[in-house]
Amino acid sequence: MTAEAATATTAATAATMTPTRYKLAMYWASACGGCDVAVLNLGMKLIEFTERWEPVFWPAAMDGKRSQVRAMEDGEIDVCLFDGGIRTDEDAEMAHLLRAKSKVLVAFGSCASEGCIPGLANQRSIEAIYAAAYDPELNDNPEGIHPGGHWTSPWGELELPRLETRLRTLGQVVKVDYSVPGCPPETERIAEVLTTVTAALDGLVPLPPPGSVLGAGTSTVCDECKRERGIKHITEFRRIQTLAEVDPTLCLLEQGLLCCGPAARDGCGAKCPAAGAPCIGCYGATDGVRDFGARLLSAYASVVEASEPEDIERVLAGLPDTVGQFYRFSLAASLLHGGR
Amino acid sequence: MTRLTIDPVTRLEGHGKIEILLDEAGDVAHTYFQIPELRGFEAFCVGRPVEDMPALTNRICGVCPEAHHMAAAKAADAVYKVTPPPAGRKLRELLYNAFYVTDHATHFYVLSGPDLIMGPDAPAAERNILGVVKKVGAEVGKQVIDLRHAGHRVIEIIGGRRIHPCTGVPGGMTKAISEAERQEIEALGQQMIDFAGFSLDLFDKMFAEDGSIEELVRGDLYRHETYYAGLVDANDKVTFYDGRIKVVAPDGEVFGSYEPKDYRDWIAEKVEPWTFLKFPYLKGVGWKGLVDGKDSGIYTVAPLGRLNVASGMATPRAQAAYEKYFATLSPDGTPVHGRGATHWARLIELMQGAETVLELARDPEITSPHVRAVPTEVPTEGVGTVEAPRGTLTHHYWTDENGIVTRVNLIVGTTNNYGPIAMSVDKAARSLISKGTVVTEGLLDRIEMGFRAYDPCFGCATHTMPGQMPMIVTIRDQDGNPLRELRRD
Repeated sequence: MTAEAATATTAATAATMTPTRYKLAMYWASACGGCDVAVLNLGMKLIEFTERWEPVFWPAAMDGKRSQVRAMEDGEIDVCLFDGGIRTDEDAEMAHLLRAKSKVLVAFGSCASEGCIPGLANQRSIEAIYAAAYDPELNDNPEGIHPGGHWTSPWGELELPRLETRLRTLGQVVKVDYSVPGCPPETERIAEVLTTVTAALDGLVPLPPPGSVLGAGTSTVCDECKRERGIKHITEFRRIQTLAEVDPTLCLLEQGLLCCGPAARDGCGAKCPAAGAPCIGCYGATDGVRDFGARLLSAYASVVEASEPEDIERVLAGLPDTVGQFYRFSLAASLLHGGR
Repeated sequence: MTRLTIDPVTRLEGHGKIEILLDEAGDVAHTYFQIPELRGFEAFCVGRPVEDMPALTNRICGVCPEAHHMAAAKAADAVYKVTPPPAGRKLRELLYNAFYVTDHATHFYVLSGPDLIMGPDAPAAERNILGVVKKVGAEVGKQVIDLRHAGHRVIEIIGGRRIHPCTGVPGGMTKAISEAERQEIEALGQQMIDFAGFSLDLFDKMFAEDGSIEELVRGDLYRHETYYAGLVDANDKVTFYDGRIKVVAPDGEVFGSYEPKDYRDWIAEKVEPWTFLKFPYLKGVGWKGLVDGKDSGIYTVAPLGRLNVASGMATPRAQAAYEKYFATLSPDGTPVHGRGATHWARLIELMQGAETVLELARDPEITSPHVRAVPTEVPTEGVGTVEAPRGTLTHHYWTDENGIVTRVNLIVGTTNNYGPIAMSVDKAARSLISKGTVVTEGLLDRIEMGFRAYDPCFGCATHTMPGQMPMIVTIRDQDGNPLRELRRD
């Protein structure tokens, strides 16, 4: 059969056969719900996608049945989008369960990919977390109660989940096939990911190599930012509340603002800098970069002009929270894991 | 001892878990509504620059990040004792009202719509958003999607992003809006008002024709005579972005009003060992446990609370709806205590949000480039309070002289309602379970409808988007062996 004839046959088959409806799961562990809202914001497109995707488990959007997931065959779910970090023993249990039941497991959004902002809790001990939340000075808590675990009530036994000592990314708990970055991933990027994955499962295009980052670019936010870059060096960092004016068209880093654009992966459309707010790095690091903070630090080092000790003092004074600045989204996944 | 465990399995992050403990005779001995979540924001925000707080605290909730963003920006203003210029403040209010429209519409149609529009007796398979669309028409489904999109578009224009906005900073906003953007918002505002009007008419029709709605709104099952609290503006009207907090007693008498910064003189938070969430109560009344009445410090917030404390709405069409609401439910103007009325109150607020969007979009100052003031004071401490859709939201930051956060206290919207929600759950359990009762699915339906009226958002993140909340009730014997399992998937 010639290639032409084969194509014609495939097209004819495609026209007569009902296309396969793939099974999709989406799950939130310790999450804010923003990833799920980003998917719901697909709106009419989401309804179109359900022609090719059968949602079999999605607690945010439909009836969820954990026991039904348990009853599934291993690998029965074609694709699982897993968002949220692993903060409790229950989160870890769900990660293992969905890994077993899914052919393709996607770390969806910043929490699952790299820990996100809740990962900053890794700088604190569990005791410090409790002490802040249940501070007797701020609460009616004379006995210094710290809830959690087992408690015996006058009428019976009660249990609460246990916090693990640190928040982990999904990839630190189970094997992950792909990740989709962003806090949350932009809705248009999600549509592209679903389209690409559908085509790959249909056999029309190859599946991306394992470990790929989907729904994002391979360059930096700086590259897709429309602000102009002019001067090459800055002498100090400035906090936004100290600037009388922020130039609406000039690069924010060149104005002294702590922008993460040089290290952050593109794909978001550089919306924050366009709105006058520095990039905070929610799309994570670019390909091949193991540590976001190290990459950003070296980018800063290349633009900061400081040679005398007092210059260095001045520059450092503009960086009051190094962990928060360099590892705002990636502390849990970083080489530091936690800053303690 | 027999135990009923109701674990809404769809709410695995910040989900509520209900334990109903029965005595030897088979009556309810005690009900525990547990919140099994803690992420530690109050701990790890310490050490961060205060201007980062609006972006950090967004991540408490991806459903209502706008509320945290605004409370954080206002707290940061207060830390620096800086007042945003008029356009900066108005842009925040405009974004915030657009958010209310989107959020309230999502709750009414997607979360509670199946209860209200399909009714509790509809077949389970139809009690979801698809059933709602089938009943009210696909055109309405499309309108809901378009309306959510309209709200998110306004949020994106002013806040930079549709989810987790980025433009709120100490002293105002990072960007102004252009005349073209203003015109776009104005058109969306008109669309929102039309949608709000349609929704109020739909509710009127349902209330007139469907006895189960009237029962939900007027009935006794979820009635609690509590105190109420919420922000009011200078004219004593409902407001969302800024105002004084007013508290009324169960009989409608004004208990007091205060500046949000003084919240610690008025509110205390009770810590219990069996749940991660705390129970706020009025200090001036005191903690008497989970009971209602004038001697118990439990108070209710969110739409029911806001309409009960204010003397009216701030916009004309919402005011007309408010008058009809009280004429129908409480002609003497005393508080409406039936929890089901929250749904109606929510739609009245939706109208106020929509009218405010249009009003602000037509404000001559709204396109002013002056949207941020530069602080001149040394930063110390500040409180920022907004009315989140689910209740009064307070962020309180202490900083050092460089504006680095040293301490954080957060009282999140739903938290204020934790006491009333726990009471509604307990009341439903007690009314349905007694000696010899065969526990049926009706129990699940009723408990579910009771707390869905509050639009609870535990962990301030948890929503099940369909009307149906799957539940599993396991009845166990003393040794923990399952005797019977009821499913409502």
